[in-house]
Amino acid sequence: MFEDDLTSLTATQLKARLDAGAVTAVEVAEAFLARIARCDGSIGAFLRVDREAALERASEVDRKRRTGEPLGRLAGLPVAVKDVLCIRDEVTTCASRMLEGFRPPYDATVVRALRAADAVLVGKTNMDEFAMGGSTENSAFQLTRNPWNLERIPGGSSGGAAACVAAQMAPLSVGSDTGGSIRQPAALCGVTGMKPTYGRVSRHGLVAFASSLDQVGPLGRTAEDVALLLEVLAGHDPRDSTSVNRPVPAYTETISQPLEGLRIGLVREHFAEGLDEQVARAVREAVEVFRRWGASVREVSLPHSRYAVATYYIIAPCEASSNLARYDGVHYGYRTDVRAMAKGLASQRKGLLAAGDVAAAESLDSALVRMYRQTRAEGFGAEVKRRIMLGTYALSAGYYDAYYLKALRVRRLIRADFDQAFGRVDLIAGPVTPSPAYKIGERIDDPLSMYLFDLYTVSTNLAGITGISIPCGFSDEGLPIGLHLQAPPFEEERLLRAAHMYQQVTDWHRHSPAMA
Amino acid sequence: MSEPYQILIGLEVHVQLLTESKLFCSCSTRFGQPPNTQTCPVCIGMPGTLPVLNRKAFQLALKAALALNCRIARFTKWDRKNYYYPDLPKGYQISQYDLPFSADGYLPISDPRGQIEPKRIGIIRVHLEEDAGKSMHDEVAGRADSRIDLNRAGTPLLEIVSRPDIRSPGEAKAFLTELKLLLNYLEVSDCNMQEGSLRVDANINLLVDTPEGAVPTPIVEVKNMNSFRAVERALAYEAQRQYEAWQASGIRQGGRGGHKTTRGWDEAAQVTRAQRTKEESSDYRYFPDPDLVPVTVTDHEIDELRRSLGELPADLRQRLARTYGLNAYDSDVLVSQGRRLVEYYIQLADHCGDGKLASNWVQQDVLRVLNERHMTIDQFPVSAERLGELLRIVRCGQLETSRARQVLAHMMSTGRSANQAMAEMGIEEVGEAELEALCRELVAANPKIVQQVKGGKVKAAGALVGQAKKRNPNVDPQRVHKLCLELIEKM
Repeated sequence: MFEDDLTSLTATQLKARLDAGAVTAVEVAEAFLARIARCDGSIGAFLRVDREAALERASEVDRKRRTGEPLGRLAGLPVAVKDVLCIRDEVTTCASRMLEGFRPPYDATVVRALRAADAVLVGKTNMDEFAMGGSTENSAFQLTRNPWNLERIPGGSSGGAAACVAAQMAPLSVGSDTGGSIRQPAALCGVTGMKPTYGRVSRHGLVAFASSLDQVGPLGRTAEDVALLLEVLAGHDPRDSTSVNRPVPAYTETISQPLEGLRIGLVREHFAEGLDEQVARAVREAVEVFRRWGASVREVSLPHSRYAVATYYIIAPCEASSNLARYDGVHYGYRTDVRAMAKGLASQRKGLLAAGDVAAAESLDSALVRMYRQTRAEGFGAEVKRRIMLGTYALSAGYYDAYYLKALRVRRLIRADFDQAFGRVDLIAGPVTPSPAYKIGERIDDPLSMYLFDLYTVSTNLAGITGISIPCGFSDEGLPIGLHLQAPPFEEERLLRAAHMYQQVTDWHRHSPAMA
Repeated sequence: MSEPYQILIGLEVHVQLLTESKLFCSCSTRFGQPPNTQTCPVCIGMPGTLPVLNRKAFQLALKAALALNCRIARFTKWDRKNYYYPDLPKGYQISQYDLPFSADGYLPISDPRGQIEPKRIGIIRVHLEEDAGKSMHDEVAGRADSRIDLNRAGTPLLEIVSRPDIRSPGEAKAFLTELKLLLNYLEVSDCNMQEGSLRVDANINLLVDTPEGAVPTPIVEVKNMNSFRAVERALAYEAQRQYEAWQASGIRQGGRGGHKTTRGWDEAAQVTRAQRTKEESSDYRYFPDPDLVPVTVTDHEIDELRRSLGELPADLRQRLARTYGLNAYDSDVLVSQGRRLVEYYIQLADHCGDGKLASNWVQQDVLRVLNERHMTIDQFPVSAERLGELLRIVRCGQLETSRARQVLAHMMSTGRSANQAMAEMGIEEVGEAELEALCRELVAANPKIVQQVKGGKVKAAGALVGQAKKRNPNVDPQRVHKLCLELIEKM
């Protein structure tokens, strides 16, 4: 009972107890580790759990507290980290065979920040390979199941990050969001997750998928918890040229201040064909909550949002095709069995020569090229290959202008739509996903339907603004539904205050799945 | 030129910048270190790492571009050039594609020996990029292993592309020599071809005179030239080869079989050889690097950098000619030795008051010592001021040149001033009376020589000078010679 008592607490509640000395960091860590041991077999949120390191870290925090040393913001709080973030000398795979067993020689800046804040890192969470996907089915290693319904996907790509918070295996977790990869699984798993403004959090040590869209962000049970974690993650990093040098507001201090005269925009284009009726209803009801609180609601238009998915699936694969070129079997990570490869190549040549096809024999790959081809064919999964091919094609001479350059122009128009809308409203509210979590395997052979699932989230990344997903209801089948709030660049504080306000008068975020 | 064709040459020069650290990380750029010791997660392309621009490298590049009279872009960006190669750890090179930081410049070239006409060679663009690592193919071990050294990966590299304004292999060499000198003066690069800090590729073709007018031959890119001399020879060879190929085949640029090809210079055989070319032209899929922010350059920054350029070789040559009366050849020799030597020369000339004399001494004596002892002018043991003192004495005729050289040698080994050295060597001026007495003695003692001189063999008087020097090494041989002849004439 004690274990479940602790794991059912929010990070903010745990922090209060830790700070008051009511509970030790070791007790907290043990509770969550026990919960992981009991529940993760059926969920599969974690790729690796480092029990010993976590307990050691927790007892170090307790020692510091006993001796009166200064403690960080997250002292003693367990935090799960998506396996896309580098932790020095610890296996970091991005859920890819390509990086199986790969140990980076350095810490991501956000990992350093977590350590400096005395967080207790409990393990690395599962994800779609290289963060490409929306169901975590693209992990090369394991499935992650939705804690609300084990037949359903948890969303993705930060599926493990959302599922471990929903299943109370960690109070806080860090994910990354390139087109919705934090907000979408947060919605499907019924937790709170935020994509900060591009540049708000350092990307140094975040293994790149699409550099101009990737952003690290927090997941937790409540807006308050997310605010606490964001305070630690956010900040300028001289190691990331795209990180922005501006002060980090004290989110946890202002979060309880209600927003007076809040103006909420509903996007006309969002409530169109394709949106699940139950999701639409839950979102409208959530907006009603704000209205009752005194907010004004008006319709806004984002006319170019209909091109967002198409634009995203040009820009992200283009950048990915280049970012993933480094996985070539030469310097680190997976390399094909070179001896077998050389043998195969030799016998192929012999066969061709025996058949008298000298030209074909001479145009065979060099050993180097064959090593590249085979390493990448074996090391990457289908979705990653699909996106590398899309990107390579779109960047090729003769296609660049029609695809990449045009996509960049549309991207600017999408941003301009937001700028215009934010001239009239403070926040934009809408659905996170078109429907609740679908069944595992249901769409795996239909990539286009998967891509279209990103419809409401990708434009936040294309525009570089910030967005949050908060629980706002359940479907008839008992699956969580998320409310999407978006704000202008660097208005995370506004998002958090609005989300907190909502969570003060609703209890969707307090529901938890019945676990075995 | 008598050949029935004109040569068109454009050069593409890669120059490593003399920075402490690499272009996008803080690793050292030191040459000659053990393999893979000057690396970090960023320059070996570890997952999750990000480039951060070394602003100092960018400013050095700006200086070079300003000195090459280029237009500086106020806004420039970085692009990724995507290709696979084992010494390119990220699978792309960070370079500049459509918005280089500078363009449209020129470099004047000339030849003090008058073998080429002074002219301006246009510069199409100068851009900055990161260098790749080095692959070493270890075939000696019999295992065909390849090893990769990433020490060089990420070193800042300046790419300078000339217009095809170069009309002869000699001009190509002059361009490279002047470029190297300029970059040395700016302390932008040491341009050492052996260490790979300067690399040259050349595009060359001919415009052949025909009855229907000038016809261009296919362009050939020549690679693998490891010295300026190799560039000159490779281009001379290639021009001749192209002309012979044209005569044999008549293939013209743009026609059938007239596409651009690549050839490598074989130094041992002194020929260019065709290099394997891929059927499809390489597509680097350039696109803006999303990890880097565009760079803006202000007028203020440009003004400051322009002020920091100092006097450049072309200006210095003119100043030496104008202020010190040197001819083109001498001023070129001095300026070619680098800024520090020119500073030494100017001090020396100012101290002794005779530019030509100072130039002779620097070229014949100072440079000889520097070459023999493999030292730089900063290590030369005699300061310009002290050498100037010596030259002042020479200039007054108080010391003849060969004696002055001995004095300089003494100054170098002892660190004495000219006067101290002369005193220690027992050199003092021989008075008029003493000299005349000595000459009278010699004339009287050598009737045979007197006879010969009187008989018209003036040269014979040289023996008297020799004897005089033996008796008193301080005598001025010219004065002895003159006085003896006068005495003989009066006899």
